Amino acid sequence: MAVIEDGHKILSNVVATQIKSHQRFGGVVPEVASRHHIEEITICIKDALQEAQVGYDDLDAVAVTYGPGLVGALLIGVTAAKTVAFAHSLPLIPINHMAGHIYAARYVEPIEFPAMALLVSGGHTELVYMPAENQFEIIGETRDDAAGEAYDKVGRVMGVNYPAGKTVDQWAHEGHDTFKFPRAMEKDDNLDFSFSGLKSAFINTTHHADQIGETLSKQDLSASFQQAVVDVLAEKTQHALADYPVKQLILAGGVAANQGLRERLERDLAHNPTTHLVKAPLKLCGDNAAMIGAFAYVAYQHGVFADATLNADPSLEFDWAADSAK
Amino acid sequence: MKILAIDTSNRPLSVAVLDDSNVLAAITVTVHQKHAEYLLPEIERLLAMAELKPTDLDRVVVAAGPGSYTGIRIAVTTAKTLAATLDIELVAVSSLATLAANVPVEGALVAPLFDARNQNVFAGLYRIKGGVPVSEIADAHTNVTTYLEAINEYGEPVWFLGDASHFTELIDTTISAATPNVSAWMNLPQAATIGLLGRHETPVKDVDQFVPNYLRLTQAEAEWRAKNPEEDTGSYVEKI
Ligand SMILES: [Zn+2]
Repeated sequence: MAVIEDGHKILSNVVATQIKSHQRFGGVVPEVASRHHIEEITICIKDALQEAQVGYDDLDAVAVTYGPGLVGALLIGVTAAKTVAFAHSLPLIPINHMAGHIYAARYVEPIEFPAMALLVSGGHTELVYMPAENQFEIIGETRDDAAGEAYDKVGRVMGVNYPAGKTVDQWAHEGHDTFKFPRAMEKDDNLDFSFSGLKSAFINTTHHADQIGETLSKQDLSASFQQAVVDVLAEKTQHALADYPVKQLILAGGVAANQGLRERLERDLAHNPTTHLVKAPLKLCGDNAAMIGAFAYVAYQHGVFADATLNADPSLEFDWAADSAK
Repeated sequence: MKILAIDTSNRPLSVAVLDDSNVLAAITVTVHQKHAEYLLPEIERLLAMAELKPTDLDRVVVAAGPGSYTGIRIAVTTAKTLAATLDIELVAVSSLATLAANVPVEGALVAPLFDARNQNVFAGLYRIKGGVPVSEIADAHTNVTTYLEAINEYGEPVWFLGDASHFTELIDTTISAATPNVSAWMNLPQAATIGLLGRHETPVKDVDQFVPNYLRLTQAEAEWRAKNPEEDTGSYVEKI
């Protein structure tokens, strides 16, 4: 829950995390997530208004994520947002969660078009082309697992608590790419990703070592895994930048907090004369409402409003670019 | 006192607006189960017909469960957000008691139940006293045979409401006393009745802490607690 002024000034940004609860189950349990949201929803609204020192009279609109995501969780946000908008006669702005992730970058600098986003999270891995403001086109995406999902799975194999990204990233910095895992589709002539082969190679390697009683270095395993993920993401991004020249490349989504990925893209784009790298701020890479507010300002100016029938859309997606390979 | 009453516990959606004991507008819909889409538009429409603004409301009465998880979540989220954001009173009533209130017979024993699948029900037993249902057997998630056997102990006629038609045979063989016929509307929640029931009830003390009455742990949590009986089950949500 956040209060945002003009799409770029954070007056408050309240995040209530359920990680502790889901760690009991080794991942997010949708029914549990939804129940927690009901427990927190009005408290977070109050805290956000209080921290921002504003009242309902000071607000111009209510914006809410209506997809993609877990339907039971989306429903609580959508229901609460519709109710607040109705109670105070405020316009309601429906926001695509992924547009929100991209707009976390707005807190670094204004977005210049055409732009491209490399969006990497637990549920998504995609390249999004933005020819102009409020236009999003997918030009490449994962054909199987999202990068974040792969991190959690290999983390589990190494005995790391969910979510595993941070620990694997740390270990990766202490180890070396000794295993040379496969880089799927890296050289293929398309902009799609695949991480299931990498995941299987990782599992096979650790499984084989277990069987012969050998202990592998978690640092080297992490470094090898991360290097493969980063190589694929970076290669495909270079490929996309060649096809779609843009002014900015935005790195966003939960996995955008990964140091290995940030450093690699910095290096890759250091000498690119036309495209400038904008990394979403570390503390706004994970899910938060400030990023939703940033894009809501754009949606508001484009007259994107919803009425009281707004419903959650768990599989909401950007459209594919018309001229893409798919 | 202007009251908004809401029930989306199961397939029916029911909304009413009252001014004290006067029912200003009421609607019950059973043709779809799209509560997320239709609840707020119906509230908007009924308030407009009653020529009221949201800020005119003094109290929200909600049927808070048991029922379908999604259904009670939508009703409770709408009710608690409305109460919190407008700083008005919130009253919760049992989704089973609201059905029991449909029986207008003083002294009657009423058994409202919702089918919870696998021979389980969400059910309670009520007696109509002074025109309102008073709990005899507390609402619970229970095996339907266990429930019916407990009711049969009373040896009195029982009005079965809700999803009773799913268990007709079992009711006939288990209950020896009479089971009066009920008309179709009595199986549906009537928000006007909910509003009237909630009119004199004490409001919820802490609206922010208010949650649906699921009457059942999630499967993941039940399994986890069975494995970790010693663990503290306090708050798992933290602000960062
Ligand atoms: Zn996200």
